[in-house]
Amino acid sequence: MTTVDAFSTDPADAVPHTPAAAAGDRLNGTPPRTPGAELPEHPEFLWDNPEPKKSYDVVVIGGGGHGLATAHYLAKNHGITNVAVLEKGWLAGGNTARNTTLIRSNYLWDESAAIYEHSLKLWEGLEDDLGYPILFSQRGVLNLAHTLQDVRDSVRRVEANVLNGVDAEWLEPDEVRKVCPIVNTSTDIRYPVLGATYQPRAGIAKHDYVAWGFARRVNEAGIDIIQDCEVTGFVRDGNRVTGVRTTRGDIACGKVALAAAGSTSVLTDMLGLRVPIQSHPLQALVSELLEPVHPTIVMSNAVHVYVSQAHKGELVMGAGVDSYNGYGQRGAFHIIERQMAAAVELFPVFARAHLLRTWGGIVDTTPDASPIVGRTPYDNVFLNCGWGTGGFKATPGVGWVFADTVANDTPHPYAAPFSLDRFVTGRLVDEHGAAAVAH
Amino acid sequence: MQMIRCPWCGPREEVEFHYGGQAHVPYPAEPAALSDEEWAHYVFFRDNTRGVFAERWSHSAGCRKWFNALRDTVSYRFLAVYRPGDPRPVLDGSDQTQHQTHHQKAGASS
Repeated sequence: MTTVDAFSTDPADAVPHTPAAAAGDRLNGTPPRTPGAELPEHPEFLWDNPEPKKSYDVVVIGGGGHGLATAHYLAKNHGITNVAVLEKGWLAGGNTARNTTLIRSNYLWDESAAIYEHSLKLWEGLEDDLGYPILFSQRGVLNLAHTLQDVRDSVRRVEANVLNGVDAEWLEPDEVRKVCPIVNTSTDIRYPVLGATYQPRAGIAKHDYVAWGFARRVNEAGIDIIQDCEVTGFVRDGNRVTGVRTTRGDIACGKVALAAAGSTSVLTDMLGLRVPIQSHPLQALVSELLEPVHPTIVMSNAVHVYVSQAHKGELVMGAGVDSYNGYGQRGAFHIIERQMAAAVELFPVFARAHLLRTWGGIVDTTPDASPIVGRTPYDNVFLNCGWGTGGFKATPGVGWVFADTVANDTPHPYAAPFSLDRFVTGRLVDEHGAAAVAH
Repeated sequence: MQMIRCPWCGPREEVEFHYGGQAHVPYPAEPAALSDEEWAHYVFFRDNTRGVFAERWSHSAGCRKWFNALRDTVSYRFLAVYRPGDPRPVLDGSDQTQHQTHHQKAGASS
């Protein structure tokens, strides 16, 4: 039996489905069934909820995967533990809990391959590092090509990946069918499958466990995770930020590291700093639980859908962003409808699956579909944002790189190409092709 | 589906429209005089307001004309639509309270 309120087996706490059912149960002398009562014991708390201290060496704003990973590597790689991670809501309740958990590194340009492949290598050892299960499953990703131009771009990307040490191959349609038998490779559909890129080391992980694993390590290192703590302003002194104003009081800081994804502009507006970010709703959905039918990950730019099957059996699907700027953490249903049409054409076997749940997050898109990581015009404020629709896969990689940048006051070599000033110099890292469906 | 009121055609379904981003971003008066940084801001940087945002829309599957709108980027409700060249309307405050309760009134207040 568990003592957690939500799983209480005390009949007084139970909410019966109907008054009649409850009455019947009482007449029989058996307590009404509590939903979830058969679930395993709730885990012990993995982190504390301390009151904020008056001052920290580093204040990380954003308690999602990126913020937590940054705190983890600040402690692990740099010995910096007088750190607070501020989260306006609950830990990892934003995009970390809302993404489709795809992890891959098959990006086109050298700069991107370096940071995403660094991240993928960290994923491969992350369970040991965190001492916590994250259900990382390297089941491979297929990026389908549907037009001659898709084929040319895909083959070029495969060659670029190979040169950068990223595992990648080009598959013809019959090979696609071998990797994922349920993909419709017939030639009489609207966008026939002409082949695909394949990265076998790509995979999925359980996003909540990833956040909890990082949070536990961060907490063990003595770092304060402060939830329900929204930043409302900054205390500035010339070119420095000396404090952070929050709904839980003012907190003095040596350095500030922003890791707020879709809400970045709200913070940078407070700093009088302009960033080339547009926040958009991005939706995803799951089906009911099904037998294992889908062995890999399939993404398709042209028909706008990406699909994997979670460990429990839900088909997890995402599409493109809603067109307009939005902070509402929800999107329009016609986007879902179009996405389902694409999914059913590619996977006819899905036609009778039922949609279980849809949701939305806020993604921070940039003009070149690449992130912004590095310094700002402020001496002690550091920026990590612009990961758009693809931030989850970068979680350990950017945590490592951003922590290094914050600790040394200079961009890590993998972060350097993603500076804010690339939009002035014109040295963009255009990943609209490899960023795939969503941008 | 959300209805958007085109200033020329009246209320139409959201899928008939195309989003055009921030409104009232004029082409530089003296392009040759701009620094690289000023060009960067003209080309790549746009406001990313959380709240009432003035933005461009095109009725791309209808009359194909562009117009401007004030829209709340949290509730997604349209608070006003107006034709290009018209000044940004001043909301009287009642729009802000209405938009939180009257869900069927999308695009109807201007």
